[in-house]
Amino acid sequence: METLYLLIPIAAFLVVVAVGLFLWSIKSGQFEDLEGPGFKILMDDDKDMIPDDARLPEKNSPKKNRENVK
Amino acid sequence: MSQTAEQNCFHCGLPVPPGADYAVEIRGEKRPMCCHGCQAVSQAIVDGGLVSFYDHRDGPSQRPEDLLPEQLQKLDLYDEDKLQQTFVEIDEDSLKSASLILEGITCAACVWLNERHVKALAGVVEFQVNYSTHRARVRWDDSQIHLSDILKAISAIGYIAHPFDASRQEAIYKKERRAALKRLAVAGLGAMQVMMLAVPLYGMEGDAGFDPEMRTFLRWISMLLATPVVFYAAKSFFVTAWKDLKRRQLGMDVPVALAIGAAYTASVWSTIYDGPDVYFDSVCMFAFFLLSSRFLEMGARHRAGQAAEELIRLIPAVATRLVNGREDIVAVDELRPGDTVLVKPGETIPIDGHVLEGVSSVDESLLTGESLPMLKKVGDDLTGGSVNVESPLTLCVDRVGEDTVVSGIVRLLDRAQTEKPSMARLADQVAAWFVGVILLIAGAVAFWWWQHDPMHAFAITLSVLVVTCPCALSLATPVAITAATGTLTRLGLLTTRGHALETLSKITHIVFDKTGTLTEGRLRLSAVHCLADEDEQQLKALAALLESRSEHPVAQVLARSATAMSATIESLQATPGKGIEAVIDGRVYRIGNLDYVAELAGMPSAYPSQNNRSTLVGLCREDQWLAVFELNDTLREQAVDVVGQLQSAGLQVELLSGDAQSAVASVADQLGISRWHAGQKPEDKLNRIRQIQQSGGVVAMIGDGVNDAPVLSGADVSFAMGSGTQLAHASADLVLLSENLRHLLSGFNMARDTVKIIRQNLGWALGYNLLALPLAASGMIAPWMAALGMSTSSLVVVVNALRLRRK
Repeated sequence: METLYLLIPIAAFLVVVAVGLFLWSIKSGQFEDLEGPGFKILMDDDKDMIPDDARLPEKNSPKKNRENVK
Repeated sequence: MSQTAEQNCFHCGLPVPPGADYAVEIRGEKRPMCCHGCQAVSQAIVDGGLVSFYDHRDGPSQRPEDLLPEQLQKLDLYDEDKLQQTFVEIDEDSLKSASLILEGITCAACVWLNERHVKALAGVVEFQVNYSTHRARVRWDDSQIHLSDILKAISAIGYIAHPFDASRQEAIYKKERRAALKRLAVAGLGAMQVMMLAVPLYGMEGDAGFDPEMRTFLRWISMLLATPVVFYAAKSFFVTAWKDLKRRQLGMDVPVALAIGAAYTASVWSTIYDGPDVYFDSVCMFAFFLLSSRFLEMGARHRAGQAAEELIRLIPAVATRLVNGREDIVAVDELRPGDTVLVKPGETIPIDGHVLEGVSSVDESLLTGESLPMLKKVGDDLTGGSVNVESPLTLCVDRVGEDTVVSGIVRLLDRAQTEKPSMARLADQVAAWFVGVILLIAGAVAFWWWQHDPMHAFAITLSVLVVTCPCALSLATPVAITAATGTLTRLGLLTTRGHALETLSKITHIVFDKTGTLTEGRLRLSAVHCLADEDEQQLKALAALLESRSEHPVAQVLARSATAMSATIESLQATPGKGIEAVIDGRVYRIGNLDYVAELAGMPSAYPSQNNRSTLVGLCREDQWLAVFELNDTLREQAVDVVGQLQSAGLQVELLSGDAQSAVASVADQLGISRWHAGQKPEDKLNRIRQIQQSGGVVAMIGDGVNDAPVLSGADVSFAMGSGTQLAHASADLVLLSENLRHLLSGFNMARDTVKIIRQNLGWALGYNLLALPLAASGMIAPWMAALGMSTSSLVVVVNALRLRRK
């Protein structure tokens, strides 16, 4: 039972940390838009970062001339 | 590339007019486009390498408005320092930032498209779109790019952006929301932890071998965690309670503050002097539940307020002032009464005034909901926010700033939003009584036990306060309404007032305003009566050619109904309010209203002109009548069905319209509505509603124009159509965003279910209180049991309310 004297203060401290993190996330504007970011990760705007040789051949896309093709 | 008639525009989804050849190559495939605007926008998207927009969007995009070069030039004015003062901030790195209202956002892909497109511009440091509010924040380096370039870039991909003054409302909302979220976070996390510690504390009660030191320790930790919840998160309850008491009123917050205050003080006392019980868990939980419901309520209020903010975009930021015959472009704020202002065709009238020179049609639909433009002559009044359609007007400024009609409307709105609806006031009064009774009982119980058993007097009084705590009672209504509101919002029926559902379940009469509610509010070519020996297609093509340069809505309908025939117009003259005369191949043509055409054609039309159900347009070549076009506003698809279902549900359906007798009769006839009134002014509509209300009816009004605003607020509960004016939105209790009349029915059904659930909840909460009160007063319930009972009771209420979500 004595271990509770250590564990409970740790738990209480963690709550303080959690509240702190929560307040920080509110302050940094993460709760301003609750709908948009969920969709944002679904948009593929990282195609350019895939190396050319690792790309899947696209069916109906014309060959794009990329400036930095080596 | 040949095209079939069934093809739809790849960008906006509207049908491609026959013969039109606008196509854009997207991923190697030619895609049909309906107009030049769509083609340009789509090309801009493809050229920007943003093709995957088309993979991700939910549905067709909005058809882009063709911005004329002059209008684009007007955007340059946003670069003027004088104008920027109101909405631009400059930070320490001399970067400028502004808030924009974005129009045309329909899905998350639109947000992605805008962000990618604008961020790619050199000089834009930051561009962030908020999908929930359709507002954007932009930061840019003025030495590399101007605000007007950013606005032009946004219009190039088919969206419209207006800068607005965020400090007026947006900043306040943001602050309120953040503060509420912080309080919620502190209360929520605190409550979780304290409840966890409460479990062993309750367990120890019955256990003879518990360790008193451990109990004290747990209590101290609980106190540590509960203190910020009481003094930070629950502060607002104490503040409101104190305000109420100062005004000698008993609000719902008074017992809340009393219960939280007393329970906390007693618990602190128990902790320090090792008293019998602590109630930190009840305190935190209570605060958290109440804060949650207040937070959801605040969200709904803000949404309504944002709609009002968008009214401001009705007024353009700049105007053309005439000084000694010289045109001078100035900010609207600088105009003074007596100034002369020039308004070109297609421009929005910036301010209230009267016509000095010129004759033109003016589209006041944003303010009045009237779909056809009004003719304005010298001396007629003009209202800021309406659009000049046909020819230039010179106006003399009469009223500026706070005195203008639009400002007045905005003020009215602000007031309407701060005033509580009558239902909420009633609820407050009932609550005050309830609170008074609880306090009296608690006082009596305390007094009696003080006489008989002073040792237990405090614990028992506290039990009474906690057990009767109006928690379940105060949650019963808001939780059910919030759950129902959420479900309806997903259907596209936005609830802007808390009382709307409650009232909706009681209505006996439904009053429709014809324009734009039962009909689509858009003219369509319904028939062509050929009066000469010519092909119908040929005549339509001729009409399309003649009307192609006119901005008048009637002309636009004809211009879009067919592909203009290819011929050169030698001269063209438009007479505002009448029609157009043009010379083609040396022969004079006239198109316009029947009298105007008859002036040239000489003889009366062979077509009976007394039909005023529809708008008639005549066409003649010299002295020969060619055709009469009949234009009609069509009924909404679901209107007949919905009206029938409402009537079979036992509701009285009425039609009050400002339109002419025969037009209203025709619509009423088609829908099977027996009670209707035509030619109604807003005052008449309001009187009629008052009349029904006096005879004991409860009225739901469905309207869409600004002229409906007083009527909408006069009705017990009101709906505005999503396409209606912003003002109608703001004065309505519900907004039908989906434009689907069927959702009106869902609204009624949901309202009835909600009230049923609220009754069940109130019944449960009251039953529980009546049962628990005598037990607590007689000292049979320990405070911890009271707290547990109260939480269970609240939980039952919440779970019951959540059943509304699944439907």
